Amino acid sequence: MDKPLTLKSNRTLQITYNLPISRTSKFWEGLKEGKIYATKCEKCGRLHFPPVADCGECGSSNMKWIELDGEGEIETFTQVVVKPASFSKESSYIVAIARLKEGVKALAWLIGVEREDVEVGMKVRLVARVTSDGRVAYEFVPI
Amino acid sequence: MGHSRFGDRSDVNLSELTFEAVQPSLEESGLTAKEIPYVAVGSMGVWSEEPLPAVVIAEYCGLTGAGLVRCEAACASGSAAAFTAYSAIASGQMESALVVGAEKMRQIDTPTVLEMIGRAGYYLWEFENFGMTFPAYYAVHAVQHMEKYGTTEEDLALVAVKNHRYGAMNPLSHLQHEITVEKVLGSSVIAWPLKLYDCCPITDGAAALVLASEEKVKELGVEAPVWIEAIGYSSDTANLSKRENYVGLEASVRASRMAYKLAGISPKDVDVATVHDCFTIAEIMAYEDLGFCEKGEGARMIREGETEVDGRIPVNIDGGLKAKGHPIGTTGVSMLAELTKQLREEVKPRRRQAPMKNYTALAHNTGGTGHYGYVTILRR
Ligand SMILES: [Zn+2]
Repeated sequence: MDKPLTLKSNRTLQITYNLPISRTSKFWEGLKEGKIYATKCEKCGRLHFPPVADCGECGSSNMKWIELDGEGEIETFTQVVVKPASFSKESSYIVAIARLKEGVKALAWLIGVEREDVEVGMKVRLVARVTSDGRVAYEFVPI
Repeated sequence: MGHSRFGDRSDVNLSELTFEAVQPSLEESGLTAKEIPYVAVGSMGVWSEEPLPAVVIAEYCGLTGAGLVRCEAACASGSAAAFTAYSAIASGQMESALVVGAEKMRQIDTPTVLEMIGRAGYYLWEFENFGMTFPAYYAVHAVQHMEKYGTTEEDLALVAVKNHRYGAMNPLSHLQHEITVEKVLGSSVIAWPLKLYDCCPITDGAAALVLASEEKVKELGVEAPVWIEAIGYSSDTANLSKRENYVGLEASVRASRMAYKLAGISPKDVDVATVHDCFTIAEIMAYEDLGFCEKGEGARMIREGETEVDGRIPVNIDGGLKAKGHPIGTTGVSMLAELTKQLREEVKPRRRQAPMKNYTALAHNTGGTGHYGYVTILRR
């Protein structure tokens, strides 16, 4: 079969989104101070992580900030070997989901451990981190 | 009903590809393009150049003027389109409608496809800092299923081997070769423990269905019509971290229970099923979520051959997403097209035809990581 003919588009798009974080700014500010905050609904008591400004459970917008201890236990994990385009410069990374002792769960990279040594049930701590390129984020480290 | 050949279809553009499915579906129905009052298109469309795929497809296929919508439910967009058209007819708004699934995924490079799908979880909390990919979303399910129920990487491989075997019998299938457990286990890791052959390919493809009311079907004199008996639907949280566990998809459980109830059937009445096996673990979880077996028994079903063409419930005997391919918005429509052929007992080769007892078939179509769940029951 002949090689299919295609026309390469000349119009290239590069998209960078601006993500509004005004209503959860304390969370992002907290990361820079090494703290991890969740929000707790003043009306129904539901603890939200990732934090939210409005409670989808009861409809209230009356939230208070709670600092999380960060200690938790891995429920599941994977190691991403084939990476998406915008992560192409990273080496393979482990992503874990852990339940924190406050009851909420978090998804984040697990660092400082080889995949072969990771187990379901492993104790970890969620810690704030500012990356070398200035991004604020958080990650799990083994306890 | 119409269905393009799936695969790398760089030989055609989106409209030309879709025409391959739309034209036969119209011809078979006895309706012309101009007589179609409404068109629902299942398409994600982010990998091809047209941001409004429905309008270019409609113009190309002579459908301009009909009511038109593009439905988005990620990988379940095709089922969402079918539900849109079905509801419109069932409500008495119209007597017929066209359902189209159309996707061209191979016009951009693979890392960018992974990027586009990876972003389709909860972008801010799962992608921005953590670079989740779709294989990774399903890998975390595999890890917990293996941990809790003793499912093994070999069990996952058996799903790929089965679906490749049927894919090799299906001339419309993207992947046409059989594979072995050894080949699956030896393939490169994509997101541990999922390997290349645990993952569906990146596929171009289109499918189309004409739906019509009972009166319209009589008027058109359709031989052996296939009926949509019920469509069940549900959804789940965007954030994976907000779900209770990762051993199944709750949206699939809820959608299937709703569909069974509406159709007045139970899982044992199903003669043949297509389930959403975007990854091998997804097929094993689907057996359980749909009630084909108890929770945790999915691996046993594949080991014992219960989902082969001559098994208790034949599943994905068209090759499934795994081998037939998974053109995102097309998949739900493709499933219904395949089951229509099964119910009409016109599948070729005959060794890919499921035996019919109740003339009842089930399509299970998941969008995202179980974000959207649709289960459709067809009957002849
Ligand atoms: Zn509340």
